[in-house]
Amino acid sequence: MNRQEVPIELISTDGLRIDGRRLDESRPIKMEVGVLDKADGSAYVEQGKNRILIAVYGPREAHPKHMALPHRASLRCRYHMAPFSTPERKSPAPSRREQELSKVIREALEPAVLSEYYPRTTIDMFIEVLQSDGGTRCAGITGASLALSDAGIPMRGLVAASAVGKIAGRIALDLSDAEDKQGEADMPVAIMPKSDVVTLLQMDGNLTYEEFERGFELAVRTCHEIHEQQKTVLKERYLAIKEEVEEKSEPRKEEE
Amino acid sequence: MSSTPHLPPVAAIAQKTVTDMLALGRRMDDRGLHEFREMKLEVGLIERACGSALINLGKTKVMVGVKVEEGQPFPDTPGEGVLTVNAELVPLASPLFEPGPPNENAIELARVVDRGIRESKAIDLKALCIEQGKKVFIVFIDIYVLDHDGNLIDASSIASLAALLNAKMNDYEIENGQVVYKSTLRPLPIRDHPVAITLAKIGKSLIIDPSLGEEQVMNARLTITSNKDGRICAMQKGGTGTLTVEEVRQGVTVALSRAPEIRSRILGAVGM
Repeated sequence: MNRQEVPIELISTDGLRIDGRRLDESRPIKMEVGVLDKADGSAYVEQGKNRILIAVYGPREAHPKHMALPHRASLRCRYHMAPFSTPERKSPAPSRREQELSKVIREALEPAVLSEYYPRTTIDMFIEVLQSDGGTRCAGITGASLALSDAGIPMRGLVAASAVGKIAGRIALDLSDAEDKQGEADMPVAIMPKSDVVTLLQMDGNLTYEEFERGFELAVRTCHEIHEQQKTVLKERYLAIKEEVEEKSEPRKEEE
Repeated sequence: MSSTPHLPPVAAIAQKTVTDMLALGRRMDDRGLHEFREMKLEVGLIERACGSALINLGKTKVMVGVKVEEGQPFPDTPGEGVLTVNAELVPLASPLFEPGPPNENAIELARVVDRGIRESKAIDLKALCIEQGKKVFIVFIDIYVLDHDGNLIDASSIASLAALLNAKMNDYEIENGQVVYKSTLRPLPIRDHPVAITLAKIGKSLIIDPSLGEEQVMNARLTITSNKDGRICAMQKGGTGTLTVEEVRQGVTVALSRAPEIRSRILGAVGM
């Protein structure tokens, strides 16, 4: 696992990446909502080898009580990676990285939630990365916003996230783990597509201003595409519930 | 788990004054929107450390100490030294700070400073390898916040770079796998000079170097760290608010244009 010993061509001669994608191509995302029984809202997201489960509980009574804020709901977020989610076992204790990500993910979702509707309560988001493959915070945010919506929590809009990076000197969308490890930059972006505002922005690596601007624009555009998919997934879920309810109510009519 | 912070209440009138003045292009302390507070930077105050720096940025005071010790490399980088950045929000610095292990704010502060230094490759970590896969030098950067009046990220990042440039380690030779130190000193292998610049969004204004009073009413902040070639090496948005796409672009442009001046002041303070 030494990056000096295993040089991989990140971009082949025909301009394709390790997994055959174009530079501006995102890995297909699979999203599902309402996947957990006990949670008030839940979602499951798959992207590449990423497998992420998100649960939302709340609004519920703040516990311990001093957690409560008098004028709004308190948002809580835990981003956590399962010990088996990485090539080498990860200690289940929260790392500094996970603590930072919990904070920035919470801050990415805060502007979307109408927290002032539920004073003195908490809304808890649990993001469990079951398998990681680069871009987990973005997939986590995309899924957490679906789970919040699935829990019926009033929101100003959904939040969609996508990352761009730089591999072999070129801007590329949605880096996989292998690309991120050998790449030169990674920049996760989250926006609220409805109002087109940025709620998360991080970057590490080496970018000129022009590269940043091109990557940023690409990421924002991709977030809009992800947003369309989020809406479709939620609508399908509501239609499924509607059908379920109608099926259940039919036999009763016959009895009457 | 990260939760919405309990912030001390800010008087509505204070909030309104800051916002209303900014709408007229003015700040409470008469600074320009893109002007830093008065900065005083001293180095080498702590003799026990390899390198140290104390920054006064307005009333914000941060001390940074650098220590170099022998240790083991990470398995995935056997031929490189190790960089470790830690930040302590010392309870004497603010009524908002409490004793205990670093909370998410301290962790974020340390990691944003770390990313700037790491991603700009400011320290030549390969030059800090003693024995491939077995023994390397670990550079510890310890950020000690002593008085919190806002913009801890920039103050810490400036002081960290100054402390790194101030740091000296003993010359050494390797005899039978053992490090034998000589009495002569040499500087750390510093190759780049990353500078973090933080902008706060208040109302529709983007301002540089927010004071605590401004941070308490800000909507969101954006930190951009750039290297001496004017390339971006780290970014971090913070706060529970939002930034428009245009504000992000504008913030990056402002940060890139102001960084060289801050960099030359750091180099001046360490006598380079």
